[in-house]
Amino acid sequence: MIELDVNGTLRTTPASPDTPLVYVLRNDFGLAATRVGCGAEQCGACVVLVDGAPKYACTLRAADAAGKHVSTVEGLVRDGEPHALQRAFLEEQAAQCGYCVSGMLMRAAALLESNPSPDDAAVRAALEPQLCRCGSHNRIVRAVLRAAAAMKAR
Amino acid sequence: MSAPSLPPTLARNPRLGRWLRFRRDGIVEVHSGKVEIGQGILTALAQIAADELDVDPSQVRMVPACTARSPEEGVTSGSLSIQHSGMALRQVCCEARAIYLAAAARALGVDATTLLVRGGRFDAGGGRSTSYADLADDALLDRDATGAGTPKAPEAHERVGTPAMRLDLPDKVMGRPRFVQDLLPPGMLHGRVLRPPSPGARLESLDESKARALPGVVAVVRDGSFVGVVAEREEVALTALGHLRGAARWHESETLPDETRLAEWLRAQPHETTPVASRASASATPPPAKTLKATFTRPFIAHASVAPSCALARWEGERVHVWSHTQGIFNLRADLAIAFALPPEAIVVEHREGAGCYGHNGADDVALDAALLARAVPGRPVRVLWSREDELAWAPFGPAMAVDIAVDLDAAGEVLLWRADVWSNGHSSRPGRAATPTLLAATHRAEPAPPIVAINMPLATGGGSDRNATPGYDLPGLEIANHRVLAMPLRTSALRALGAFANVFAIESMVDDISHVRGEDPVGWRLRHTADPRGRAVIEAVAARAPWALWKAREGFGRGFGYARYKGNGAYCAVAVEVELTHRVRVTRLAIAADVGLAVNPDGVANQLEGGAIQAVSWTLKEAVRFDRTRVTSDRWESYPILRFSEVPAVEAIVLQQREAPSMGAGEAAMGPTAAAIANAVFDAVGVRVRDLPLTAERIAAAS
Repeated sequence: MIELDVNGTLRTTPASPDTPLVYVLRNDFGLAATRVGCGAEQCGACVVLVDGAPKYACTLRAADAAGKHVSTVEGLVRDGEPHALQRAFLEEQAAQCGYCVSGMLMRAAALLESNPSPDDAAVRAALEPQLCRCGSHNRIVRAVLRAAAAMKAR
Repeated sequence: MSAPSLPPTLARNPRLGRWLRFRRDGIVEVHSGKVEIGQGILTALAQIAADELDVDPSQVRMVPACTARSPEEGVTSGSLSIQHSGMALRQVCCEARAIYLAAAARALGVDATTLLVRGGRFDAGGGRSTSYADLADDALLDRDATGAGTPKAPEAHERVGTPAMRLDLPDKVMGRPRFVQDLLPPGMLHGRVLRPPSPGARLESLDESKARALPGVVAVVRDGSFVGVVAEREEVALTALGHLRGAARWHESETLPDETRLAEWLRAQPHETTPVASRASASATPPPAKTLKATFTRPFIAHASVAPSCALARWEGERVHVWSHTQGIFNLRADLAIAFALPPEAIVVEHREGAGCYGHNGADDVALDAALLARAVPGRPVRVLWSREDELAWAPFGPAMAVDIAVDLDAAGEVLLWRADVWSNGHSSRPGRAATPTLLAATHRAEPAPPIVAINMPLATGGGSDRNATPGYDLPGLEIANHRVLAMPLRTSALRALGAFANVFAIESMVDDISHVRGEDPVGWRLRHTADPRGRAVIEAVAARAPWALWKAREGFGRGFGYARYKGNGAYCAVAVEVELTHRVRVTRLAIAADVGLAVNPDGVANQLEGGAIQAVSWTLKEAVRFDRTRVTSDRWESYPILRFSEVPAVEAIVLQQREAPSMGAGEAAMGPTAAAIANAVFDAVGVRVRDLPLTAERIAAAS
């Protein structure tokens, strides 16, 4: 059994060590927010934070996440309160189909952790590895900037 | 006097209770046959229902479409959902409100006209009231719509026409399970399919032993060249799939055309020619002083949704339940019924949302995959997920097209006769319309369904490759013909805007060439040939925005304009862009204006316009399905790149609200005008006309 710290909760999975983390999160832990897109680190739908750094859960071995802190979108909510990024995504209606949103949120969360005052170009550069097919890019950028402003105002 | 006519999908499904159900807990269930595909339709339909019933939007619950109980409304496609489902629901709600109003009056012992209806309550004053919830009784709506009653006038709308927050986004932003990919019913197994390496491949031999020996593998299914595996765990299914791939021997053949000579290939194939439009000049036509001739092409284009297609299926005896992100639950059911030789009633197809859907993608195909695999494990649900490679190589493509245009001009450069010949595969191979299934796996089984040849729907219902082949401008003479190519080495079907993308790109490029010959401002030419005031309004709206009006000529930059009325009878849309040319083409700014009639959710319309425009920038600058003579080679994001954040232009979307005009779809109007505006901006920047998409720096250099 592999023991994993996901969003501050220790959980165990019977998955083999080579199992990509994304399947453990979704199928064993019922955490559906981390999504399967390409299985090859090319689209970013599966991005989670491992010890605060964005990682592709579609290729990260479950065994390699043991002993580290894994954060997913489900962990952004604190005490029932949505994260500023989640609020901002809703306020800007920053999605169409919404499938890419989880990866965007996690990548953006990592950005705001390291750079609380990004400008438009910095947000775009950070989100460059994330694919969106519906054309919601500009709304997503506005949402991240809005969240940054809200977090600073607090 | 004849009975009032019902909206078409209501006439097909007249039972009111099929559309609407009031519950004791105050929730109003709305059952539409249209489905959410990322376009926000559920939100707009909820706005319509809330207004017509006088309930709070929070009381409205949009129930996922299901063949077991939803109204049959065909396919969610063609930007028709508001026209169809919206108008049907409006009438249903209007009649249901009258029925409940009468019931409320009886219950309260007052005259119905004295009741105030608000927030789902019927108020008689003096503290006496009742509500839809109090009166909820399915028997009340167990009757057919009559067409009686008049839906509310536009000025009485509180929700319709006002920006609304999308109902589905909270789940998606909070990371709650919402997509078909997220379903996890108890006892669920995981399925994967081994797709052939190429369209012409046949399975010669397969040693299944290594896959079968893997602990946790429950079944290996083989039916001709269709191969799949079912396992207790998803990663085991993937490992087993790898074993099967290594143990499969295929016979492959060169069935694909030369990707560098698609126009020649299209014209050389057997084809079916149909006239699209013909108009002789009313006056005696002078001989042309000049004829402009050109061929415009677009390649095969992939849907390239961010999520791989997915479905679940569970068999109980001779009955199967399927969960699918299909655009047409009844159409899919019809093809599954043929595939399994079952009566349609033995099959339930229930919709669950998938990722963004821009046309006929792999959703229906994966549903058959799931049903085939689940049949091996009766009683247990099986979830099948395609791989990225399956998605990019096996989902139907938007067909390659060639558009030959010849325009006769008089001595002043005015158009005398506009001729066009459109060459393309058909734009629909959707399920549910033929005697044999069009689903992918059906063509791989031991007793294969015959190969399908994509069709075009009749022009009256939107057409296919001929969509927008006829210029919408006031021109004296027209001769437009469509040539449907009957050889189909790559599976083609509906992709956002269908033929309108290439046709509008071609027409609007030609219009700029004509303006250039005349030395006329291209916006001026368009206005001079557009009498329709609504068309003129969108052209003028965009011409007044920054990318056009405030534009300053400078080295390496250009501006371009494009306009069309989608389908000739749908949304009016104009686009202006600025491009920057360096070692690549970049769209820096884009303004888009549209008149979609009454925009039920103006923010939803703006989102669709902007999203459509950005996707069209991606198609225009970057996208082409790649293949050699045997295999599709663009089966990864590396080989099928789409637009990224750093390449996305600043976009201003303008919705010209028309509260009094019928709603028209918004999802597809942006595509053609955006492509044309980009090509025209490149011409403006460097004087080079690129007529083949994608419009790359290499193509500009080659055309110089």
